[in-house]
Amino acid sequence: MGSPANRRENTISPVANMLLNGMFLILSFLCVIPVVLVIIVSLTHIDTLVTEGYQFIPDKLSWIAYESLFKDYGTIFRAYAISIGITVVGTIASVLLMALYAYPISRQDYPFRTFFTFVLFFTMLFNGGVVSKYIIFTQSLGLLDTYMALVLPLLIVPFNVIIMRTFFQTTIHPALIESARIDGASEFRIFFRIVLPLSLPVMATMALLGTILFWNDWFNSLLFIRTEDKYPLQYLMLRVLNDVQYLRNNVQLAAQNPELMSNLPDESLQMALAVVCMGPILLIYPFFQKYFVKGLTVGAVKG
Amino acid sequence: MKERTGIAYFIHSLWKFRFLTIMLVPTFIVLIVNNYLPMFGVFIAFKNINYIDGILGSPWVGFRNFEFLFTSGSLWRITRNTVLYSLTFMAVNTVLSIAIAVAINELRGRLAKTYQTFLIMPYFLSMIVVSYLVYAFLNPDKGFMNASILEWFGLDRVFWYSEKAYWPYILILVNAWKNVGIGAVIYIAAIAGIDQEYYEAAVLDGASKWKQTLYITLPSIQPIIIILTILSMGSVFNSDFGLFYQVPMDSGALYPVTDTVDTYVYRVLMELNDIGMSSAAALAQSVLGFVLVLLTNSAVRKINPDQALF
Repeated sequence: MGSPANRRENTISPVANMLLNGMFLILSFLCVIPVVLVIIVSLTHIDTLVTEGYQFIPDKLSWIAYESLFKDYGTIFRAYAISIGITVVGTIASVLLMALYAYPISRQDYPFRTFFTFVLFFTMLFNGGVVSKYIIFTQSLGLLDTYMALVLPLLIVPFNVIIMRTFFQTTIHPALIESARIDGASEFRIFFRIVLPLSLPVMATMALLGTILFWNDWFNSLLFIRTEDKYPLQYLMLRVLNDVQYLRNNVQLAAQNPELMSNLPDESLQMALAVVCMGPILLIYPFFQKYFVKGLTVGAVKG
Repeated sequence: MKERTGIAYFIHSLWKFRFLTIMLVPTFIVLIVNNYLPMFGVFIAFKNINYIDGILGSPWVGFRNFEFLFTSGSLWRITRNTVLYSLTFMAVNTVLSIAIAVAINELRGRLAKTYQTFLIMPYFLSMIVVSYLVYAFLNPDKGFMNASILEWFGLDRVFWYSEKAYWPYILILVNAWKNVGIGAVIYIAAIAGIDQEYYEAAVLDGASKWKQTLYITLPSIQPIIIILTILSMGSVFNSDFGLFYQVPMDSGALYPVTDTVDTYVYRVLMELNDIGMSSAAALAQSVLGFVLVLLTNSAVRKINPDQALF
């Protein structure tokens, strides 16, 4: 392929390079185009929506969907606050709990590590299934309609605990812990002052994975949340896609200004909600993707 | 330290390492409540649960819930859908991910990182958001497919959410769109780890790029391909609930091609309130999954003992 010069450097020919670049441009385009369509629909004027449907280049634009979303401090604002609260509390608790479990089972001198590793590991092999969980959570533990039911199921990701354990085993030398103990440091002091500061990269990866997990979760809301005041953002979106009237009834603007409301297209309102919901993730992920990639590849290699 | 045996040793180490044990107790409790209680709760599949007698007081019915499941007629449909989609997703995603990883690795210049950022974007969106994106294309009145693409070609509108013939392809496409990019990242890392000397030697022998890919790159990443494939075999009876429930918008007309074990269990539990049959289906899924993971692991151990999970 190509001239001898190319062969020696072992790179592809300029023509092949152009073709490949073209292919990746198309692929990248295919990845973002649905998101672009949703953003444009959320900005399309009702006249264009009625006559032409969803278009990439609409004749008339309008901010009305966003105006009504942001003027309404009830439903959307509350759902957003709930999602942020669950994500922040859940992620912090999750990283801390996983690290506190991973550290003891990473210590070669801890005599019960085999037992506790097995307790963790077995949950990856077998689970009671969703029905059993639902009955236990609602009947025995009384978690129906509580935020606890949204946080608890996602707190411990066994596979991530294993990754953390492996990280502690390979990065923190036993001699370091031993010398700290000789100096009189307690186990908790060793963990918080020596182990955690040395493990910031893996903590960052876990925190980001946790953020995505909690922010994007909706299945637990579907199972356990009944009261409309407690809907997180993702679950609100589910309800709104299935029944757009749901949002319309809950936007307070309607009562104040019926004329404005009749100019507000359902689809724009739906799509504006989607944009508002995916916005934070789309804005932050490019800056943190290297941590995700690291977490993923570590997982794949260590099995 | 004096020699200690049996219980004395146990009590001694319990005391000596009490702080480490205290550290992991909170997480241990979470695991018990969240994972182990539901495991012991699987006995409800053998009971006729009613809310008056409670979970423990309800009468035992043996395997009757499973008999209902077998005679309901849905079992074949949900099992077939779940397994076939799992296998198809596995094949399609693996091939596309590897193709993208190999190709992106050949690119000159710095654009590769930019492409990668775009390709993994769908992975970060929730299935709810994805269902909105799909709806923007497939909305029967105004969706981009009906209002624009089909109109350009002069074709009739399609009522996407009630035409089941298209959905196997739509689901495969949506799944690939969401997961191929992130899958490629793993293979990109694997390819980056291949020793460059192999390629240098191949170039001296006059091997083309195509030959290098075929005889160096693919054989080098083969262990990872095998491990990832075998690992996903363990979840062949599981399906992505969001993809099969929310993306088709729970449309009844589509059930023949979208109903999987997970959507079936959910629907029977929450909409029909039939705890018996849904718990039977869920337990069957868990047990089959458990057996598959064990089989998978022994297969891995035969191929490459280092990569076996246990």
